[in-house]
Amino acid sequence: MAHGSGGKATSDLIGSIFARCFDNPILAKMEDAAVVPGAARIAFTTDSFVVTPLFFQGGDIGKLSVCGTVNDLAMSGATPMYLTCGFILEEGVEMDDLEKIAKSMAQTAKDAGVMIVAGDTKVIEGKGGLYINTAGVGFLPEGDFEVSSSFCRDTDVILLSGTLGDHHAAILSARMGITNTIESDCAPLQGIVAELLKEGIKVRAMRDVTRGGLATVLHEFAAASGKCILLQEDQIPVTAQVRGLCGILGLDPLYMGNEGKMVAVVAGQDRERALACMRKSPFGQMAAVIGEVIPGEAGTLLLHTRTGGTRSLSELYGEGLPRIC
Amino acid sequence: MCVALPGRVISVQGRKAVVDFSGNQINAEAGLVSVKPGDSVLVHAGCILQVLPEDEAKFMTELFAELENL
Amino acid sequence: MTDYRTFLKEYDGRTIRIMEVCGTHTASIAHAGIVSLISPKIELISGPGCPVCVTVTEYIDRLIELSLTPDTVVVTFGDMIRVTGSQKSLQDVRSEGGQVRMVYSPLDITALAEAQPEKTFVFAAIGFETTTAVYAALIDGMIESGIRNIRLLTSLKTMPPVIDWVCSMQGGIDGFLAPGHVSVITGSDLFVPLAVAHGVPFAVAGFEGEEILMALYALVKMISHGESRVMNLYPSAVTPAGNTAAQHMIDKYFTSCDAAWRGMGIIPDSGLMLREEYSMFDAGSRDLFSDHSHHPKCRCAKVITGALKPTECPLFGTLCTPDKPQGACMVSSEGSCCSYFVNRRKV
Repeated sequence: MAHGSGGKATSDLIGSIFARCFDNPILAKMEDAAVVPGAARIAFTTDSFVVTPLFFQGGDIGKLSVCGTVNDLAMSGATPMYLTCGFILEEGVEMDDLEKIAKSMAQTAKDAGVMIVAGDTKVIEGKGGLYINTAGVGFLPEGDFEVSSSFCRDTDVILLSGTLGDHHAAILSARMGITNTIESDCAPLQGIVAELLKEGIKVRAMRDVTRGGLATVLHEFAAASGKCILLQEDQIPVTAQVRGLCGILGLDPLYMGNEGKMVAVVAGQDRERALACMRKSPFGQMAAVIGEVIPGEAGTLLLHTRTGGTRSLSELYGEGLPRIC
Repeated sequence: MCVALPGRVISVQGRKAVVDFSGNQINAEAGLVSVKPGDSVLVHAGCILQVLPEDEAKFMTELFAELENL
Repeated sequence: MTDYRTFLKEYDGRTIRIMEVCGTHTASIAHAGIVSLISPKIELISGPGCPVCVTVTEYIDRLIELSLTPDTVVVTFGDMIRVTGSQKSLQDVRSEGGQVRMVYSPLDITALAEAQPEKTFVFAAIGFETTTAVYAALIDGMIESGIRNIRLLTSLKTMPPVIDWVCSMQGGIDGFLAPGHVSVITGSDLFVPLAVAHGVPFAVAGFEGEEILMALYALVKMISHGESRVMNLYPSAVTPAGNTAAQHMIDKYFTSCDAAWRGMGIIPDSGLMLREEYSMFDAGSRDLFSDHSHHPKCRCAKVITGALKPTECPLFGTLCTPDKPQGACMVSSEGSCCSYFVNRRKV
């Protein structure tokens, strides 16, 4: 960082980057706090992002930080509205990189229909690391709409919005020196959620499929609901490239993280319409019905394998590292 | 203890070969077998262990026949 | 065509115990849901073919020591990163400044070593015959290129002595699912002397669900007929003689030695180490035999050899889980106990 340990010159420079990239009427006021119009029920969340490398195939830390918070809000059924962002920059961060990241956040915010209305930056000693925290608010629909991991019922179906493992695979490929065209699937999912709600789909539970993978999320749903969920392995979409990478590194797509995929548990009779809602979005083209809630041992997640057997899935233990064994 | 996967040889350079697995490419060690571009190979930990036959079906037929005789 | 699936599902003869001697087979069996497809009278036992599980604590402690040595970097497969030695794992030590790099292939160490010639790069060389072939190729390449800052800390094991040990010390196994990729290197004939000596059949199998079912069918049939031969059910990759070029290369650089197996003690001539003339590539692998089991009730030794099922260990699922593992069988994702736990197997 050419401007050393902070001070007016640094904050001016940084401020000008953010002001330019995140340009909106609320931020332009440059007050200590953003004042925004409200609603009766607010969803509120925060998350921090420390991924390396900062730029990867299909995205960057900025895009991730917007999508991550937007998606957490969307998964509660809220329409994401306003985000804040806090940056912690280590000395050595390139201004060009910062500008690229800010531009990426601005574009992603636009795509997701949210405004970044407040922010903060701190510069510390270090070797060029960059960390972002985003917090977000969204407004829930009128009435007493609620989703919960404990709401799954018999005959409900499980929908997955697209292919598994892409983000984790993209990051790992870079680290392990394997060449491919796998891209992180980092994407905002509020559009899919809005479509489901607009169509009046009875959604019981929703979650984006991040760290821990699909199996971790659905295992939690089964446990919280006291139900048995059965998935069909041959219905779960995974690209050939990701499958190939998993074969090389000994990984299981069911336990790999995504950054732009979601599961929704909906009433059985809504399965076709819910699938159509997902597929309307550019981020839901590969959506599929992957399983259903069946009578069975409470709190179990089962997989009907390609070989025709049954496997009981637990949540992720450990880190899902590549293996040779 | 032996995660290994079949892939396709794209090119050979000395004792290394670029092997493709459904769009993933690695630069594998080729010192243990004799390979040429187009070969189907079994790769473990970045090293080619064996050249695989093109006609898998023939092997499966033989296999089933052996099981039949049991 | 033989309906081997129905046969396996409906088998109602005497209880048969089949051991799979390969961690990857354990994983594939769980992955395909094989247990749900076969009669409960066909018991599948996970054997000691998981190199991470059978690595003694002293080996890991030595790796940790090396990672904390100035100008030394430990390079390893992902499998070893979370395995604890007598106190800690390589992962724990990273936060204390331990230099540890994870790679996909041992060959990847070459680029790392060339980029930093002032440092010594030590590969955590574990594995059976399959991976030993890869290390042999690595040494061969190193000699060709003249690179001098790479070492191996070896904990290499071979299959026949430990299978022999299981049959002699334990018994109770009616047939073996033989390791598919070890056999690619060694050839399926490797198991013939064992089949003859102990009067049990072997079926060399691939790793797809269908291939495993066919191999199990072959074993049950051979057991029922009292046959003790070796059947190769992975003929596309395995031949009776194996990959002789690989065998020669292994033999050129490595020689047989005694090896310590976690929970089982020292099995004579069950390991491989660098030959004397190549000892300049060794990082001090000799005589790493000490083993410190954490908990007096840990039953890894019995589980690894099929004497006990994971569910029969007093610590399983209570004091010993993947998050807080006591012994090797739970630490490694290929270990019997870990596989049982994450797949929620009850039998």
